[in-house]
Amino acid sequence: MGDYLLEVEGVSKGFPGVQALDDMHVNLRYGEVLALVGENGAGKSTLMKLLSGVYQADSGSFRLHGEPLEVSGPKEAQEKGISIIFQEFNLMPDLTVAQNILIGREPRAGGFVLSERALNQRAEELVASLGLPLDVRAKVGHLTVAKQQMVEIAKALSYDARVLIMDEPTAALNDTEVQTLHDLIKRFKRPDTGVIYISHRMDELKAISDRITVIRDGKYVDTLDTETTTMKEVISLMVGRTLVTDAKPENVRTDREVVLSVEGLSTKDLLRDVGFELREGEILGFAGLMGAGRTEVARAVVGADKRSAGTIRLRGREIHIGNPADAARHRIGYLSEDRKNFGLLLEHDVSANIGLSALAERFTRWGFVDVSGVRRAAREMVKVLGIRTPSVTQTVKNLSGGNQQKVVIAKWLVKDCDVLIFDEPTRGIDVGAKEEIYKLLNELAEQGKSIVMISSELPEVLRMSHRIVVMSEGRVSGVLDHDEATQERVMHLATLRPDERVEDAVELGLVPAGVPDEPSDTDPKVGER
Amino acid sequence: MSTVNVTADNDVRPGWASGLRARLQQLLAFASLIVIFAFFSIANSTFATYGNVTSILFSTVVIGTLALGTTFVIITGGIDLSIGTGMTLCAVMAGTFITTWGLPIGLGVLLTILFGGVIGLVNGLNVAVLKIPPFIATLAMMLVAQGLALVISHSAPIYFTEDPGYVKISTGNLLGVDFPNAVLVLIVAAVICIVLLNTTILGRYTFSIGSNEEATALSGINVRRWKIAIYAFAGLFIGLAGVMISARLASAQPATGQGYELQAIAAVVIGGTSLAGGKGSVVGTIIGALIISVLNNGLQIMSIPQEWQNVILGVVILIAVYADMIRKKEA
Repeated sequence: MGDYLLEVEGVSKGFPGVQALDDMHVNLRYGEVLALVGENGAGKSTLMKLLSGVYQADSGSFRLHGEPLEVSGPKEAQEKGISIIFQEFNLMPDLTVAQNILIGREPRAGGFVLSERALNQRAEELVASLGLPLDVRAKVGHLTVAKQQMVEIAKALSYDARVLIMDEPTAALNDTEVQTLHDLIKRFKRPDTGVIYISHRMDELKAISDRITVIRDGKYVDTLDTETTTMKEVISLMVGRTLVTDAKPENVRTDREVVLSVEGLSTKDLLRDVGFELREGEILGFAGLMGAGRTEVARAVVGADKRSAGTIRLRGREIHIGNPADAARHRIGYLSEDRKNFGLLLEHDVSANIGLSALAERFTRWGFVDVSGVRRAAREMVKVLGIRTPSVTQTVKNLSGGNQQKVVIAKWLVKDCDVLIFDEPTRGIDVGAKEEIYKLLNELAEQGKSIVMISSELPEVLRMSHRIVVMSEGRVSGVLDHDEATQERVMHLATLRPDERVEDAVELGLVPAGVPDEPSDTDPKVGER
Repeated sequence: MSTVNVTADNDVRPGWASGLRARLQQLLAFASLIVIFAFFSIANSTFATYGNVTSILFSTVVIGTLALGTTFVIITGGIDLSIGTGMTLCAVMAGTFITTWGLPIGLGVLLTILFGGVIGLVNGLNVAVLKIPPFIATLAMMLVAQGLALVISHSAPIYFTEDPGYVKISTGNLLGVDFPNAVLVLIVAAVICIVLLNTTILGRYTFSIGSNEEATALSGINVRRWKIAIYAFAGLFIGLAGVMISARLASAQPATGQGYELQAIAAVVIGGTSLAGGKGSVVGTIIGALIISVLNNGLQIMSIPQEWQNVILGVVILIAVYADMIRKKEA
């Protein structure tokens, strides 16, 4: 038996257009909690899917207890003692807690017939031994997210796991629940077990982990002992990527009129008192980690999701938006992050897509669609935006990602929108096409369009945004001007929990590089609690 | 007896709150049945007589039997459109086995039920192995069964005139009193379904697959195999319904059958089983089938024409499903 419980050696995994993992190394020691940190898209999820056998690696190897490890599926991983708790739960909401925990291993009263009593008893013993406050007879669908998380953990541990891997287990938990989870992990930690703990929350890493492995862009960066490391170092390792270009935001002016102002925006599930202002000709970046609520803000503003509170003003006048059609009438366009499902009619041609939003008001005569009018407008857009397509009758499905995105943009330009909300405008687009989209965004802003740009790619937010709204856990945790924004500062605000204050963070030594030691006037405005 | 069933058929010993809610849901369906029944009793004095109630139960048998099997399929998140014409094909097969081939009645009935199982098995293979969406797979089977019934019977009814014992399966009085055997068959079939759905592996995985198929598979359960088993099991009820309808009519009528599948699915849905899968109960399905029979019978007694009966049934389905959605939203 070697020193390591689980070893990941030189593992690479590529997908069309993306190298998700490149020569990755992770070593988990016996009896430790190893935190795995990295930005969105750093390759954490891919690594988990390789370990659970959902994907197979292109090259490299895994070793468990020093023996080569090959896994063909989740079931086999579990049998070999590797239990993985994914961010998305794998539970059956209509079954009870006990039925979920012991699914596939139900005690029988004989042959075909289940013994419900034995099932509940076994589940109860397990839950009690873990110290979890769960009613094993309750239906999982009726539980809170935190309790569902506990069911997942109980299920994972019931397999006599040696390696427990958790993907952002505390993303939806409150402080007490986080404490319960950490206690659970500490009890699970024995000389013959180990935990890989994936998290974005810096405060948590200090509390729970023994070592921290930082990965970035699919590559191994470094492993640090938690004891002797400051969070400052971890964050700078996480974001320490050099920008491809040193392009800066263009045409930044602060004296312009406010076009859209949002106040006190809340939703039932996530958003709490979100407010921001968007000026004319401005590119307002929205940064934050996965699940921070950026997309939810956009959806709530355009009426795609229900708001529980909040006012929206357009050029000073309060407007009522009940659905995306209302938003479009006020010339507010939302370009979804999920282009293929929500942005395009993939099976239709370029002109049909471009003309869709403005069809009723611009391209209809006596109820008939003015096909040649649509084609004319589409041809003009193809020229203006430089959409590379043989003709406007080409099926959109056959265009590249970047050109598809331009078609979506064209759709809203034809509609003559003043406010454009871009959600991940460059997702799934190759580098060259990204530059074109950036150029286009800058041109649109220059023409006086007001743009909200939601992006998970920090370098992109930094190079494009005139100002940056940073969100964390459904709230605005700070707003930065372009000249005070750095990767570290944005990352710091993005990992700020709602109960933390910047001042406290300074005391705890959590303040990243580039931020003055003492809070001053230039400090980011902290969202209200 | 019926109260015992109501509790036994709930989700197996759920938590206090969810158990109460589940009980309430079935009470609601049951309460609607009572209200409709009471309405007709007051509206027409001949409605609530022993003879009429027995005939309501009798007319529930075919739809009820089909609905029982379909409940399992729908709880997995699937659908079965082939049950109506499949039943007719099974009836024709019963005629072939017993009248044409002259097999003993018992053996003929057994073979017919198994033949239904084969129809279900083929559906299951198409859905689980070829991954054809259940709607399409069973729509195709519906056409295949319809055509085969006509081919095998040469488009002519097959009569069981030589076998009076066969007709007794439906209309005989095993209990000695004026209570048709067909209703006994339905009760026994329902009890079997209640036990299977709530106390066996088959039932547990039926719910599990419908609740979250992906998660069920990730939990190491052979979803493909269980789906095939569930469709095949549901097929047995197609065969049983084929026996019951041909026994009642003393003949196999090859040109009928279409439309039964929708009535059966309506019974399942009125009974609170979710078309999205994961939720449902056998008792609910029986109550749903009874609601349909009571409506048909009551409206007929009140001399409301067939056309209007359909309109009213359609509205009832809308109300039942909408009420169910509201209930789930509140839950």
